[in-house]
Amino acid sequence: MRIALFITCFNDTMFPGTGRAVLRVLERLGHTVEFPQEQTCCGQMHVNTGYRRAAVPLVARFAEAFAGYDAVVTPSASCAGTVRESHPLLAGLGGAGLPDAVAAVAPRVYELTEFLVDVLGVTDVGAHFPHRVTYHPTCHSLRGLRLGDRPLRLLRAVRGIDLVELPRADACCGFGGTFAIKNADTSTAMLADKMSDVLNTGAEVVCAADNSCLMHIGGGLDRLSAGVRTMHLAEILAATGGQRP
Amino acid sequence: MSTGSDGRVWLGTPAFPKAARTALTDTQLRRNLRHATSTIRAKRLQAVEELTDFEALREAGSALKRRTARHLDRYLEQLERSVTDAGGTVHWAADAAEANQIVTRLVRATGEREVVKVKSMATQEIGLNEALAEAGITAYETDLAELIVQLGEDRPSHILVPAIHRNRAEIRDIFQREMGAWGRAAPRDLDDGLESLTEAARQHLREKFLTARVAVSGANFAAADTGTVVVVESEGNGRMCLTLPETLITVMGIEKVVPRFTDLEVFLQLLPRSSTGERMNPYTSTWTGVVAGDGPQAFHLVLLDNGRTDVLKDTVGRQALACIRCSACLNVCPVYERTGGHSYGSVYPGPIGAVLTPQLVGVGQAASLPFASTLCGACYDACPVKINIPEVLTHLRAEVVEGGRQGLRPPTAEAVAMKAAAAVLNSPRLWRMAQRAAAVGGGVVGRGGRVRRLPGPLRGWSNARDTAVPPRESFRDWWRKNREGGG
Repeated sequence: MRIALFITCFNDTMFPGTGRAVLRVLERLGHTVEFPQEQTCCGQMHVNTGYRRAAVPLVARFAEAFAGYDAVVTPSASCAGTVRESHPLLAGLGGAGLPDAVAAVAPRVYELTEFLVDVLGVTDVGAHFPHRVTYHPTCHSLRGLRLGDRPLRLLRAVRGIDLVELPRADACCGFGGTFAIKNADTSTAMLADKMSDVLNTGAEVVCAADNSCLMHIGGGLDRLSAGVRTMHLAEILAATGGQRP
Repeated sequence: MSTGSDGRVWLGTPAFPKAARTALTDTQLRRNLRHATSTIRAKRLQAVEELTDFEALREAGSALKRRTARHLDRYLEQLERSVTDAGGTVHWAADAAEANQIVTRLVRATGEREVVKVKSMATQEIGLNEALAEAGITAYETDLAELIVQLGEDRPSHILVPAIHRNRAEIRDIFQREMGAWGRAAPRDLDDGLESLTEAARQHLREKFLTARVAVSGANFAAADTGTVVVVESEGNGRMCLTLPETLITVMGIEKVVPRFTDLEVFLQLLPRSSTGERMNPYTSTWTGVVAGDGPQAFHLVLLDNGRTDVLKDTVGRQALACIRCSACLNVCPVYERTGGHSYGSVYPGPIGAVLTPQLVGVGQAASLPFASTLCGACYDACPVKINIPEVLTHLRAEVVEGGRQGLRPPTAEAVAMKAAAAVLNSPRLWRMAQRAAAVGGGVVGRGGRVRRLPGPLRGWSNARDTAVPPRESFRDWWRKNREGGG
């Protein structure tokens, strides 16, 4: 199986460690992962902010960069959702061959936990992470991709982990991409409630399948010196020793 | 509080982010909304989960609405024939002004100067009460929450619970201060207990029911095959208005027609479970034209367009017309829960308002509303007729952006930035350069790997959040160095 990593523009720049964690997990399971250098961005920010036409070249670039792979794995539920749901719609605005190119690639794009559980059939990835952790299901994980309990099944199999349930887990954290800038006050009000729920768990780490939401939650927690840090769940699945979060 | 000539939007309401900022500081509002929405969310889930075929019902409701929208012309003409055959009179109103003129003329023809009203979104939308007042006709709202809003010279903030922003003490004050001017006054010693408040409203309204000769209602549904009009409610005050007066005038958005009477089987299950979280609502009133000696002896149905056929032209946006006004999307919306309904500046608040209002009044008139959402998708999950609200929101965002591009306005800083970002992201070489610049720039302004204050429009973000400085080495640089031996 030819596997490509779609790192996403955001993780590429801000959270390269998440990409390395995905590599560690998949390689530990015996797979080879390629990184097509022509990849950049799925266009989510443009689509969600109303610049759908500007996103069309990015859709074409994505389809070309990842053509021919059996699976494209990404550590982002929202970017996986954009490719699978928005790219087929946007393809109609592009060149004549684009709809077919997108139709060939989009269904092969998997968020990391989908790929592990559904495609590889694995829930125990051999991780060891002796810390108190809570999991926030991001909206795109929960209501977009419908990841269900896949992330939790993977986390439960981690050795040493003290996994605690997040109250009101299904509530949006208030990030919403440019929403956090355009409607900063409302976003902050939502963030305050999410932080309060996280703090009530007593967890050291809050993890999720999207670093974008985690940057928002973690940015608020850091501002308050709350003593809780955010980690992409890939980094927990990659951990094997006594790493401090 | 001025209501514009167009009742759909409240002129003078600031754009959503600014209106929301004010609402967010209202602690009473925050508490009321948190309590009300979380209670009703739990009730709705329970009412929905006990049905094994709820998903099939949603699918049926959605399919019926889609079919109706595709053949709306046919069903409306069928409805007109059915209502006329049953002894009613059908009027067609292209817009709010025409609908208001028709209703005013019909009321005047009866010689009456007062009407009682059944809770109705359509008449809110056209600003009927204000139009009647200009013609010297007083409209009395009889839904308890609408009464509170009317007496308080206030605006509704929720589709189903228009006075959700008021607490009991405020309601007592409003009743004591205002009821006397509108009819029977509230008792001097009125307390803010639920029974006392309800009793005061009951006494006040009973007088209206017993004297009114004309009623105005909206409609939840109208069956094209039989001409039967349906109003669904909880209090029974609507039933009073629909049965006691001599003349009944119903203003109904054209999208409320359903093909067959038997289709109500689907909607009368979906609506109460989704709106109040009940298996069945207490009062479902149906009437078919006029029946000699029973109920109103004159029935007028005003079919209101007011922008709806324009919405139908938009193949993505038209799904918003499937709305059955249950409010489930408001109750599950994390934005609505915190900002309340007034921030939306429209009679249609919440997620459905954010997709309906801009389409009805033009995206340029409500350009901030499609952005008043995190696209979290809770509304889509809760919608009983499966309106994909996040899809319509992103579609309308593009309409706002592209509308700005066609206009004479110079491109905004955001448009310039988005265009530049797209160009950079479409070139791996430029993208690498931008990443390195970001890491260097972040290193300059950041302290201890954190940026505490960002400039310009990003300040709203950094007011509440620290931002990590991008690491020196991007993933792609790391890959080239470690996996391909490049630099």
